[in-house]
Amino acid sequence: MNVWVIGGGVIGSLFAAHLSRVAEVTLVCRRPEHAATVAENGIRVSGRADFVGQPRASTDPAGLADAELVIVATKANDVEAAAAQLEDRLGDGTVMTVQNGLGAEEAIRQHGPWPQLSAVTFMSGTKLADDHVEYVLDTPTWLAPYDDAPFALAERTASLIAESGLKVEPMADLEPARWSKLIFNATVNSVAALTGLPHDHHFAELKRPTDLGHLVRCLIEEGTRIASAAGIELREDPWQMNVLATQRGSRHYPSMLEDVEARRPTEVDFITGALVREAERHGVDAPLLTAVYRLVKAREASYR
Amino acid sequence: MKVAIVGCGAVGSLFAANLAQLDDVEVWAFDLDGQHVETINDHGLRLSGAGEVVGKVRATTDAAELPGCDFGIVATKCMHTAAAIQASAPAFASGAVCSVQNGVGNEEVLAEHVERVIRGTTFPAGRVVGPGHVQWDVKGETTIGPFEASPAPMAEVDRLADACTRGGMPTHAVADARGPQWRKLIFNAATNPIGALTGLTHGRVCEDAGLRRLVSQLVDEGKAVAGAQGIELDADPEELIDHAARPDVAYDHKASMLQDVEALRQTEIDYLNGGIARFGREHGVPTPLNDAVTALIKGLEAAWAQ
Repeated sequence: MNVWVIGGGVIGSLFAAHLSRVAEVTLVCRRPEHAATVAENGIRVSGRADFVGQPRASTDPAGLADAELVIVATKANDVEAAAAQLEDRLGDGTVMTVQNGLGAEEAIRQHGPWPQLSAVTFMSGTKLADDHVEYVLDTPTWLAPYDDAPFALAERTASLIAESGLKVEPMADLEPARWSKLIFNATVNSVAALTGLPHDHHFAELKRPTDLGHLVRCLIEEGTRIASAAGIELREDPWQMNVLATQRGSRHYPSMLEDVEARRPTEVDFITGALVREAERHGVDAPLLTAVYRLVKAREASYR
Repeated sequence: MKVAIVGCGAVGSLFAANLAQLDDVEVWAFDLDGQHVETINDHGLRLSGAGEVVGKVRATTDAAELPGCDFGIVATKCMHTAAAIQASAPAFASGAVCSVQNGVGNEEVLAEHVERVIRGTTFPAGRVVGPGHVQWDVKGETTIGPFEASPAPMAEVDRLADACTRGGMPTHAVADARGPQWRKLIFNAATNPIGALTGLTHGRVCEDAGLRRLVSQLVDEGKAVAGAQGIELDADPEELIDHAARPDVAYDHKASMLQDVEALRQTEIDYLNGGIARFGREHGVPTPLNDAVTALIKGLEAAWAQ
C-alpha cells in the first residue's frame, strides 16, 4: 500500500516509522536537510517501541498522485498549506487528518472530493532528532469516517495502523471523543501557555476559588456546556482526563506551552478559539474560555 | 511630631524625604535593606526627578530602635505588611498607622497589631535607583481617612494630611477614603495582570478590542464588589484606563506587575484581583474573571519555583 505522511513532527514521524514496516511510506518534510537525514538513516523509534523505520522522505509532494492514504500530520496552522499541495495532485486516495482542535477536515474538503477520515490521537512523544523520536505515551488514535466516507474505510485504515504496531480504535462517530480531547486541550494547553507550568499537580488543586485547578474546572464546565449545546455527548469527562494526567507523574509539556516558550505561533485558534466560536454559534456564554483565548492570542502578538 | 516610615522603598522614600523637610517633624525609616539604611543615615535620603530633595531621615533595619511615634506610614509591598507591622507595632502604641500601599486588605492586617488605623491611597510613583536614592517619576495626590473597623479620629487624620501636604506631598483627609482606594484598585486589577500575562504594554492591551473587553469585564466585577459595599468611586476607572492608553500618557508603560513577572519577583496579585475576589465573596458578589487571573498569575509564580 502506498502511504504518504505530510508533516515530520512527533506524530508524523511516529506514523511514518511504524507504517513503513507494513506499507510503502513517504514522509513529506518542510526542510530539505530533514528529508535527507530520514532518507539516509530512516527514523529511529525508542521508548514504547525500539526499531528503525525506513520510510522514503522528500520535500516534494509531486509523487503522491498515486497515494492510497495520505495522513496529514502537520500542526493545525499548516493544514491549509498541506491541503493546497494535495489539490490537483492526489487522485482518489483517502485523506486522514489527525490535528488538534476543530477545522482540519473542512480545510481539506475545500481542496478536493477525496474520501476523508477524521482522527484524534493521544499518542505522544518527543522528537530527539530529525531521525529519532522517543515514543512516550502509546495511548490510541481514534478514527472515524468524515462526511460520507464509509465506516469500512475507517476499519481498513485502522487495521493497517494496528498492523504497524500503533494502537488504534475505529469508531462510527468521532465527535464524542474529539470533543473530550478538544475541551481538555483548550483548557490545559491555554493555562499551561499562560502560566508556564507543565501539566502538573497545580492543574488539579481546588481548595480555593483562586487555585489553578478551580480555573481549570470552570473552563472545563464551560466547554462541557458548549458540547452539550452542540448536541455532543462526551466520550470521557475532560476533568477526569485532567486529574489522571496530573497524577501520571510525568511533567508533560503541553504543545502550546512549548510554542509560547519558543515564541512560535500556537494552535490556539484551532483549539481554544474553535471552542469559543462554537460557543458563539450555539449561543452559550463562555467568558473564561474567551478570556484565556484572548490572553494567549495577545501573548502571541507580544512577539511582534 | 515623630513619623516612622515602615518600608522605605520608592513610595516610602517619597513620604520620608518630603516630610523630613519640615522643622516640626522627625522622620524615622524602618527598612530591611542594610545598605539603603546605611546610606540614608550617612548622606540623607535623596529624591531626584519630579523634585530634587534630600531629607534627613533616621533609618534602621531594627524596628526595636524606633522611638514612640505619633504616626506610622506603611509603604511595604502588600505581602510584607504583616511582618513589618508585627515588628514595628510597639513604636505605635500611642500613635496611628496609615497604609499608602497598593491593593486592598492592608488596613485589616494593620488593625490586628495597632489600635488606630488610617486608610490611604497614593498616586505619586518612583523607583529606587540605588542605596539612599529614589527617582521620583510622577507627582500626585494622596487621600487618607479613618479605617472604619479600627479608626483613627478625624483630627488625627487631619494632622497627618496637613504634615504631608506642608512637606510637599499633597494629601486630602476625608471621612470615607474607600472611593479613591477602590478606583486605584480596580484600575490596577484590570490592567496589571493583563500586561503581566501577555507581555504587552498598556497601550497595546487597550488597542486589542478583545483584550480591552476583558479589561472592562474585570472593571465591572470590581465595580460590583465596590457597589455591594456602598463605596462610591471618585472617578470612572474606564476613563482612566483609556486616558492612560494615549501615546502622550502611558501607551508604552509596562505594568508594574509585568515588570515583576519579567524579574521573577512575587507580585501583589493577592491584594489586587485576589483582594477584589475576597471582598466579593464576603459580600456575595461573584468574581469569576478576577478569580481566573489571580489563579493564572499565581500559576506563573509557581512556575518560577520549579
